[in-house]
Formats: sequence, C-alpha cells, structure tokens
Amino acid sequence: MLLISCPNCGPRDETEFHYGGQAHVAYPENPAALSDREWAEYLFYRDNTKGAFAERWVHSTGCRQWFNMLRDTVSYEIQSIYRMGEPRPDAAPAGTATITTSPEGAQK
Amino acid sequence: MAETAALAHVNGLRAARRSPASHLAEAFAAGSVPGTVTLKEIPYQAMVGIRVERTSDAGTRLASVAGGLPATCGEVTGTGSVNALWLGPAEFLIVAPEESHDSLGGSLIGDLTAALGADEGQVVDLSANRTTFELSGSRARAVLEKSCSLDLHPRTFKAGTALATEIGHIPVVLWKTGEETFRLFPRASFADYLGRWLVDSMREYASPEVP
Ligand SMILES: [Zn+2]
Repeated sequence: MLLISCPNCGPRDETEFHYGGQAHVAYPENPAALSDREWAEYLFYRDNTKGAFAERWVHSTGCRQWFNMLRDTVSYEIQSIYRMGEPRPDAAPAGTATITTSPEGAQK
Repeated sequence: MAETAALAHVNGLRAARRSPASHLAEAFAAGSVPGTVTLKEIPYQAMVGIRVERTSDAGTRLASVAGGLPATCGEVTGTGSVNALWLGPAEFLIVAPEESHDSLGGSLIGDLTAALGADEGQVVDLSANRTTFELSGSRARAVLEKSCSLDLHPRTFKAGTALATEIGHIPVVLWKTGEETFRLFPRASFADYLGRWLVDSMREYASPEVP
C-alpha cells in the first residue's frame, strides 16, 4: 500500500486514489492534421520506464482533484508530487540506475 | 395561494417517504450499546452541492448565505444548524436541517441559487444524494478505526473537522461533530451496506470486555 500525499488533503492510503497514466502527454495542437499512426501513438503509446516515471493520479474519494507524481517504477518510491500544469521536476538520478535486485513479483 | 396548496401537497407525500436506512432502524437500536456506542440515522437533511471559486465575487455571496465557505481540507464553516463542509478546493457541501429545504417552506436552495446568479459555478440540490448516520459514544472511534485508514486520534482529528474518505471500502464524508460523536454521510445506495457494516463493527462492545 502506498501512502500518497495529496497536495490538497495530505497523506492518504492508495485506495483513495486512481491512477491516470503517464503525465505530460500534450493534446495535439491540431488533431485533424495527424495521420492515423500519429493519432494512435498519441492515444495508446506510452513510455514503459524502469525508474523515475511522471504519472497522473486523482484523489477519487477525497478532493477529486488531479495531480502529478514522480514515482520510481522499481522501488515504488514517490520522489515528488506536484500540481497539474507544473513542469516535471528533475528526476533524482539515484534509483534510475544500479538496480540489482528484482522487484517483488518480477520473476513470474 | 398556489404555493400554499403546493406545500400542502408535498407535506401530504411526506408520510410516504422512506429514508435510505429506515429499514435498519430496529437493527440500529438493537445493535446500540447505550453509554458505549450508539448508531442512528438522521434522515432527510437538506444538502446542497456548491462548486465555486471561494475567493470570487460569487464565492463571497454564497459564503454570506451559507455562513462561510471553508478554505482548507477538513474545515467546516457555519454557525448553528447550517454548515459548509470542504470537499475540494472549489467544491463544498452545505448540510442543513430538513425544514430549510424550499419544498418544506425554507429558502436555502433558492437563496444559494440567487447568490450564485449568472456567475461561474454550481448550486445543486443534493438532499436525496446522501443520508446521515450518527455514531456516538466512548467506543465510536474504535468502531470507525476498524475500517477507516485516517488517523482518528483526537490529537489529529479534532471535533469540528470533516473529511471525505473511505470507510468500509466505500466513499463517505466523515464529520466529527463532538469529542465522541461522528456524522457519516454515505450515498443513499450505500446506506444499507454501511449501516450493516457499522452494526457488525459495534457488536463486540455489547459483550463484557475480555481482560
Ligand atoms: Zn485530495
């Protein structure tokens, strides 16, 4: 269970939140100008980062507000929480490299 | 004249109403342990959902009708029987007695709607959206702690605070109205589930404590 610090409400259990996928995926300036391939990439293609990953979360059963989180996809460590519209903070270089142990469940 | 007739008609229908947990009234009474923990439903409270930027002109006008709008998470404003609970940075829940509803001779919703005027925001009658449970007594906190992950210790959760959270895995607004009194606002369709869940959680306190 993650303990997530909502920018409005403070620390709450992960069960109060929903995940919203990768952050900072900008809506195309002119969607009509996109080819099918570009549109498909906008809709469905996301990074599969090992390490620090910027993602969106919503505090569903609390304030119902969206926010961004920088989370390590290996250690689950929450490195930063910041508001929608704010730029991604510099990822902490530690955690992104030198992972030698397998995360729980990764052996399946 | 017409309004009086309409009110008489509405009041005639009141006897036919059933609150979301009315069928559990006996179970609540039987499951309560006087002096230790008691549970009851407070049905039909008037509730109004407000969405407005509280520092805007409309926010100021709405606050003057509601007796204030809370600025931060947990805060409850208002004096006496009309209170505003913080649900989000621009979202609030007004809770007031049944009689303040316009259909029963009150003017709460009309007054709030007029205060918002044509400005950006919402005033929505949500009176039938949620019901109210009151859980009180020396063991009320222990009952809640079984299925609520918030820190409910009085050093953190003070009387006069309301938080939207999860209790028994469902969304509930929890308002601590007194040192040993909590009001829970489940949506109507969850009232049966939450009511039975709380009665279950209260059961152990009917037996003598095992040392
Ligand atoms: Zn929140």
